[in-house]
Amino acid sequence: MTIRTQVIPDSGVTTAMPALEPLLVEIHQGGRAGRHVRGGDEADAQIPAAFARKAPLGLPELTEPQVVRHFTHLAQLNYAVDTGMYPLGSCTMKYNPKINDRVAGLFGDLHPTQPESTVQGALALLAELESMLAKVTGMDAVTLQPAAGAHAEFTAILMFKAYHRKRGEGAKRHRVIVPDTAHGTNPASAAMCGFEVTTVKSDARGNIDLASLKTALGDDVVGLMLTNPNTLGLFEERLREVCDAVHDVGGLVYGDGANMNALLGIARPGDLGFDCIHINVHKTFSTPHGAGGPGAGPLCVKEPLRAFLPKPWIVHDEQGPYRYETKQADSIGRVRTFAGNFGVLVRAYTYMRTLGEEGLAEASNDAILAANYLLAQLRDSYDVAFDRPCMHEFVVSAARQKKLGVSALDVGKALIDEGFHPPTVYFPLVVPEALMIEPTETEPRETLDAFAAAMVRIAEKASTDPASVKAAPKNAPLARLDEVHAARNPKLKWQRPT
Amino acid sequence: MLERVGIRSVDELLTAIPRDTLRPKLGLPVGMSELEIQSHLEALAAKNRTAGAGPFFLGGPVQRRYIPAAVAVLALRGEFLTAYTPYQPEVSQGTLQSIFEYQSLVCELLAMDVANSSMYEGGSAVAEAAFMAVRSTGRKKVVMASEVYFEFRRTVHTYAKGPDLEIVEVPTRDLASAAERAACLIVQHPDAFGGLVDVRQIADAAHAAGALCIQVTEPHANALLEPPGALGVDIVVGEGQPLGIPMSFGGPYLGILACRSALVRQMPGRVVGETHDAHGMRGFVNTLQTREQHIRREKATSNICTNEAIAAISAAIYVALMGPEGLKAAARLGVVKAHALAHRLGALPGCTVSTEGDFFDRFALRVPRLAAGGEGSGYAVRNALLADNILVEATAVHYGDRDDLIIQCTEMTSDAEMDALVAAIESIAASVRETVTAR
Repeated sequence: MTIRTQVIPDSGVTTAMPALEPLLVEIHQGGRAGRHVRGGDEADAQIPAAFARKAPLGLPELTEPQVVRHFTHLAQLNYAVDTGMYPLGSCTMKYNPKINDRVAGLFGDLHPTQPESTVQGALALLAELESMLAKVTGMDAVTLQPAAGAHAEFTAILMFKAYHRKRGEGAKRHRVIVPDTAHGTNPASAAMCGFEVTTVKSDARGNIDLASLKTALGDDVVGLMLTNPNTLGLFEERLREVCDAVHDVGGLVYGDGANMNALLGIARPGDLGFDCIHINVHKTFSTPHGAGGPGAGPLCVKEPLRAFLPKPWIVHDEQGPYRYETKQADSIGRVRTFAGNFGVLVRAYTYMRTLGEEGLAEASNDAILAANYLLAQLRDSYDVAFDRPCMHEFVVSAARQKKLGVSALDVGKALIDEGFHPPTVYFPLVVPEALMIEPTETEPRETLDAFAAAMVRIAEKASTDPASVKAAPKNAPLARLDEVHAARNPKLKWQRPT
Repeated sequence: MLERVGIRSVDELLTAIPRDTLRPKLGLPVGMSELEIQSHLEALAAKNRTAGAGPFFLGGPVQRRYIPAAVAVLALRGEFLTAYTPYQPEVSQGTLQSIFEYQSLVCELLAMDVANSSMYEGGSAVAEAAFMAVRSTGRKKVVMASEVYFEFRRTVHTYAKGPDLEIVEVPTRDLASAAERAACLIVQHPDAFGGLVDVRQIADAAHAAGALCIQVTEPHANALLEPPGALGVDIVVGEGQPLGIPMSFGGPYLGILACRSALVRQMPGRVVGETHDAHGMRGFVNTLQTREQHIRREKATSNICTNEAIAAISAAIYVALMGPEGLKAAARLGVVKAHALAHRLGALPGCTVSTEGDFFDRFALRVPRLAAGGEGSGYAVRNALLADNILVEATAVHYGDRDDLIIQCTEMTSDAEMDALVAAIESIAASVRETVTAR
C-alpha cells in the first residue's frame, strides 16, 4: 500500500490541526466557480421571492485540478483490494474483476421508469440473473430489489410475517430466533419487523445448540435466522435436524447468505432445509464493496414464499417480451423505489457468466482450501476456537496473547505495519479476542504464506516485545485514532469559513 | 497446499455436509472469456434505448443530469471502489475524510445540522425517517402527502408493515390539519408535479401538535429554494442520484438523510466524525456507533450496514467540481426550460398545465383524450409519444384519478428535444380534434 508520511501536501494551505490533507473548505477561494455548466440566469425571475433561497450557500469554490488532486491524495490514504489482501472474515473481500466495472457502464444511461419496450436488454439480464441465482441456491423464485444483505433480511422477515398472517397465525407468532454467533443485522432486522428476538447459544463444537433451540421453539415462533457456514466458518453439523425442528412448530428458516462463498457448487441451501437465503453479491459475486457500499442483496425463496415477494415482478411469456407485473395481491409491496441496484447486479451477472458452472465451484473449492491452509499455519501460534475443518473462513483467538497484554485489536493493528488489512476482530461474540480470517480464493499461495508469516511474527513479538505490538501501527498514514473523543465531542461536519 | 492441510482432496474437509446434497449439478452455462463476455453484454445493451437516443423528459427522483468527467475518474479509483467499510481508520482516511466532506456539503446545501453517510436510496430513506419520528415521539401514526412520489409512498407503506404503523395519506393542502396524534407530517417540496409548497406552515402545524416535519427534497432545488433547515424541518430525506450518479436503471443510488442535532441519537446508519490520532494529527472515524446494529443488535436504530458510500463520495466530488455557481446553473437551466416548455404546451388546444400554483423544473400537463369517451388521456398520450421515440412520464393510476403527463427538464434538455415534444403533442391534439369533428 501507499504510505504517505508528509504532513500536508504541497498545497500552501494551513489547517486548524496538523492534517494529512486539508478539507475542501480549507482549500476554498472565492471566485473559482467551475465551468462545467453555465447559464439559466432568467430562472431567478421565475421563482417567487417567497420560495427563493435566502440562507447562505457556503459551498467551496475550487478549480478542477484542485478537486482532482484533493481526491487523488485522499484515495492514496486508503487500503483497498486493489492495494493488498483483506483477510476479513464474513466479508469475502475477493478481487473485483475490472471487466465488471466496464460493462456496467453500458447501462448507465437508462432511466428506471422507461417503458418496458425500451429496456428489453436490461430486463432480460435481470431475469437471467434471477434464474441463475435460483439454480445456485436451489430455490424457486428470486427478488433482486434488496440493496444489501440487511435489506434482504428485512424483506424476508416481512414476508414471513405476511406468510403467517395469511395462514391465520399472525397474531400468535412474535418471536424470531437467532444463534449467539449471528451477525448484528439479524436481530436488528427482526426488531424492525416488530418481533422479539430470542438468542440461542452455541454448543461445544461450534454448532447452534440443538437442545437449547428445541427449548426455545414453540408455536409463537416466526422463524430462525441462521448463517451457514456460520460465522465461525463451520458447517452446521446437524443442519437437517435444526431445520426440521423449526418446521415442526410451523416456523420458517431464513438463510443469511453472507458465507455463500463456501457453497457455490458445493451444496445448495434449498437442498439443506432453508426456506430462503439472501446473497451478498458484493461478497460472493465479486462486486466491489465501494468503501462501505453499494452492495445488492438478492433474496431467493422456496415456492411457498413466492407469492409474498416484493413487486413489481419481472415476467415474460415464452418468446414474449419482458414486462413488469404488479398484480400480486399477497406481495409485501416494494421495499425500495426502483427494481434494484442494477449497476451492481450487472457486475454480479458478468462474474457468474464469466466463471460459469465449473468456475464457480472451483472458486468455493479454492476458498475452502485457502482457509484451511492458513489455519494449518496459524494453529501453533494462536488458539483455535473450535478445532475442526473450517469452510471458507475460520476464527482463532488471541487469548494467549492477551495474557501477555496484547489484544486481538493490537494484533490487527500490527498487521497494518506488515502491509495487511486487519481481520475482523471481536466477532463472533462467542469467542474471546476473536480474529476472524477469510483469505478468499483470489489470493495466490505466496500472499497466503506472507500473511501467515506476518501473523506468526506478531505472535512472537507479543511474547518478546509486547509494547511494540501495542504501539502499532507505525507505518500507516495515521497512528491509532481517539474514538472516544470523537463520540464524546461529536464534530460531524466542517465549520464554514467566516 | 493439500499436503500442508494434511488431506488428499478438499472433500475430506466437507464431512459435515449431508452426502446426498454434496456437489450438485447447478445447470448454469459454461464460462466465457473476457472478450466473449464483453460482446455478450454489448449485445444485451444494444436492446435498450438509452436516454440520449431521442427526446427524453423522464425524471422525478432520478434525473438525467450532466456529470463532469472527473467524477467517474476519481470515484472509480480502485482505492475508493475496492476498499472495505472504514472500520480501520488508520488505513481508511481517504474514505473517512471524503464521507466527512459529503456530510458537510449536504448539511450546507440543506442548512441542516447533521447528515449521515448515506441510506440505500430515496424511498427507503423516507421510510427510515418516518421510523425516526415514530421512535422520537412514541406515536405510531404517519401522515404523508399524496403529492410525494408514489414509489416513495409505496415503499413507506411496505416498511410500515414491520412495526405496524398507521399511514394516512392526504393532499398536501390538508397536511397541516391532519397533525393531531401524528408522529410526523411528510411533505415533498418541490412535489411530484414540480409544485412549490409552503413547508414552513406545515412544519409549524406539526410542531404545534407535537409531531416532527419530514421534508422530501431534491438536491439541485436547494441551490435556489429556501432550504429545509430555514423552514423549520426536522428531518430531510431525498434521492441523491442527481448529484453526479448515473441513472443506471434503478440503482445504485444515494439516500440522503439529514436532521437536527437533537435527533442525532435516533439517526440510522453510519456517521463520520472528526478526531485526532495518538500524535495529535487530525483524523476521521466512524462515530456514535452505539446506535448501530453491530453494537446494539435488536436495539439498534436500524438494521442498515452496507450503505452507498461510493455514491456519497461521488456526490462530494460532484458538488466540489460544480461549486455553488455550477450547481445553481444546473438548477436554473431546468427551471428555465420547464417554464418555456409549459408556456408552449399550455397554449396548445386541449392542453393545460395542471400543477397547482408555482412549479420548479417539472410540471404536470393535462392533455386531450385520444379517443372520445375513452378512459383517461395521459397514459394514452404517453404511449403515442413513445411511438415517436419520445419518453414522457404519465401519472396513470399512481396519483388518484389524475391522468396527466409529467414533464421534467434539466440542464440536459435540448431545444431540439423540446421542439420535438411540442410538435408531437400538437399533432396528437390536432388528430383528436379531427376525430371529434368527423364524428
